[in-house]
Amino acid sequence: MPALLEVKNLQVRVEEREILHGLTLTVNAGEVHAIMGPNGSGKSTLSHVIAGKPGYEVTGGEILFKGEDLLEMEADERAAKGVFLAFQYPVEIPGVATMTFLRTALNAQRKARGESEFSTPDFLKKVREVAASLNIPQDMLRRGVNVGFSGGEKKRNEVLQMALFQPSLCILDEMDSGLDIDALRIASEGVNALRSSERAMVVITHYQRLLNYIVPDHVHVMSKGRVVKTGGKELALELEASGYAQYEDVAA
Amino acid sequence: MAAVQETIDQVRLIDVDQYRYGFETLIESELAPKGLSEDIVRYISAKKNEPEWMLEWRLEAYRRWLTMEEPTWARVDYPKIDFQDLHYYSAPKKKSIASLDEIDPEILKTYEKLGIPLREVAMLEGVEPQPGDVDPNRRKIAVDAVFDSVSVATTFQAELKKAGVIFMPISEAIREHPELVKQYLGTVVPTSDNFYATLNSAVFSDGSFVYIPPGVKCPMELSTYFRINERNTGQFERTLIIADKGAYVSYLEGCTAPQRDENQLHAAVVELVTLDDAEIKYSTVQNWYPGNSEGKGGIYNFVTKRGDCRGNNSKISWTQVETGSAITWKYPSCILRGDNSRGEFYSIAISNGYQQVDSGTKMIHLGNNTTSRIISKGIAAGKSQNTYRGLVTAHRKAKNARNFTACDSLLIGDQCGAHTVPYIEAKNSSALFEHEATTSKISEDVLFYCVQRGLSQEEAVGLVVNGFVKDVLQQLPMEFAVEAQKLISISLEGSVG
Ligand SMILES: Nc1ncnc2c1ncn2[C@@H]1O[C@H](COP(=O)(O)OP(=O)(O)O)[C@@H](O)[C@H]1O
Ligand SMILES: [Mg+2]
Repeated sequence: MPALLEVKNLQVRVEEREILHGLTLTVNAGEVHAIMGPNGSGKSTLSHVIAGKPGYEVTGGEILFKGEDLLEMEADERAAKGVFLAFQYPVEIPGVATMTFLRTALNAQRKARGESEFSTPDFLKKVREVAASLNIPQDMLRRGVNVGFSGGEKKRNEVLQMALFQPSLCILDEMDSGLDIDALRIASEGVNALRSSERAMVVITHYQRLLNYIVPDHVHVMSKGRVVKTGGKELALELEASGYAQYEDVAA
Repeated sequence: MAAVQETIDQVRLIDVDQYRYGFETLIESELAPKGLSEDIVRYISAKKNEPEWMLEWRLEAYRRWLTMEEPTWARVDYPKIDFQDLHYYSAPKKKSIASLDEIDPEILKTYEKLGIPLREVAMLEGVEPQPGDVDPNRRKIAVDAVFDSVSVATTFQAELKKAGVIFMPISEAIREHPELVKQYLGTVVPTSDNFYATLNSAVFSDGSFVYIPPGVKCPMELSTYFRINERNTGQFERTLIIADKGAYVSYLEGCTAPQRDENQLHAAVVELVTLDDAEIKYSTVQNWYPGNSEGKGGIYNFVTKRGDCRGNNSKISWTQVETGSAITWKYPSCILRGDNSRGEFYSIAISNGYQQVDSGTKMIHLGNNTTSRIISKGIAAGKSQNTYRGLVTAHRKAKNARNFTACDSLLIGDQCGAHTVPYIEAKNSSALFEHEATTSKISEDVLFYCVQRGLSQEEAVGLVVNGFVKDVLQQLPMEFAVEAQKLISISLEGSVG
């Protein structure tokens, strides 16, 4: 069986400037990988390219997802195949009730996979269940997507979608940014509940703190568009103690 | 960037391909000769068997019109209209219809295709709730169908009559209720009001007349469906709605036209009058043919709509969804004459391709403690221009006038324009007018968020736009809201579905 995600020698440009200079990463189902690195090292760029955000030019390398060429697929197709990106800054969509959004998105994915749409009662039941486990009040589901949500609510809404869509690859970009300890704990518990042998997670973070809650199997250090070091969960603790300075030198 | 560009390109291509109502009905018509003259005005009046006073009224308007010039202040650009190169009257040949069965089957088919039920039986079957089926959203709607220059059918007449409601073609009302027509016609939009309204006063051929007697809540929604079919024909309909003391009516208006290369002129006048404690809710879904992707063809839509809150505590509410027409020139307005009267204007105006929209409202506060509310949502795509033009004014003697205005514009792509032209004048110092305006571009990040969750690029645009206009959609009667939502997606999405 092929790895769930294989990024091979990926080179990416944004507006004529190369940001990723040959990045390689292999993630198997059941694993949790952390990607750490200083600001500007290309972590978000990597997540965007995997998810298919427009505006990036891939000039070299490849990305395989379950053995298929991900770069050949439209972003919505990747979503339907099981690629999920929890955004660092989830956007607001005024006038579109969260519940409507969830149903529209879920049914779009199911349709793309040739599955039948969820019936309304089944869907509502499922959403309510998951929402309750994440401490998301019903009122939030009626409001516009992320409109007026606190930072913590926005992140919980991302985890809610992850739980609903059951993707096989979850990329979490700086899930801890802007969260207090309680909010972080709730969101992390939601994520941990989704860990399974069929699913992999790529947890992007600047700080070690998040990894106390979501404990990774592997840790990669990124600097200036490359993975410069890979290790076990203890690598995160080392980084916490020593900082990123040494790696910036390595990459330079 | 690429994905948004793609959407913009798609959106740009759609109008011709997406206009679902562009078919033509092949029937024999009776056409007035081209051109406008006193003889043509007499011809129209004679065709309608009008009394002498009505003919005089028209002739006076016509003479007035000869002295007027086309207005040029709107942000719309089009070649000069040759008013002598139009037919001012077109009617399906078969006439004096006693029952629906006598309507030309081709016309019935046309309305069926458009989803407008003219057969009451079918309507009842579809709409009457089944035992145990409590769906409050399924209501009866009485329809007046206007085909080119004449009304071809008005449904539910008997049931409305029982409630004392008069709902009939205006041509019939002129003959059957001359006292009411004389009392109100031209009192809200005078014959001399503006170039197009004056033209309409001279040559209007049909439209709807509604009178709701004191204390009556109209038992069903009323609607008029306008269809332009004939080539080179202007459509000039006239609608007059009166809600007497304490009366209420909700009225819906829809319109479509075949796809043609040449432009067609539509110049309607709508007058609303509410007496003490009365309310009129007027909703429009305007979907005239907008022209093709190169800007060829489409309807020139020059419309004067005005409501007069003549009585105290009365209310007039305009809701419009404007997706069609090559050019729209339209400002549904309220004269807040009665004390404590209220005017509302809710608008969604979508322009795409080469469409030009110049639309808005006037709220004229004359009485004391009058309030008004304006919510306008403009969406511009393709190479279109979309202007909100509004006036809020308080008379010197109008104490405590209140207005709230919010104008939001959304741009899709960078070749379109959105403009906001608000005029505010308060001649009484107790007036309180609030105005908010925003212009934004559809956000790439928002679209990508939706696409990352599985929506196609087109579905994402549709969802975001529907969210943007939600405040206004909520004002529409349920059946219309669903229709409007679909229409919005079609006007913007391209090939979805
Ligand atoms: N849209 C963009 N246009 C120009 N430069 C960009 C863009 N996105 C990212 N970059 C640049 O790419 C580099 C990596 O950014 P990013 O992936 O956001 O890093 P990280 O998430 O690790 O902080 C930075 O130098 C940033 O300025
Ligand atoms: Mg980042």
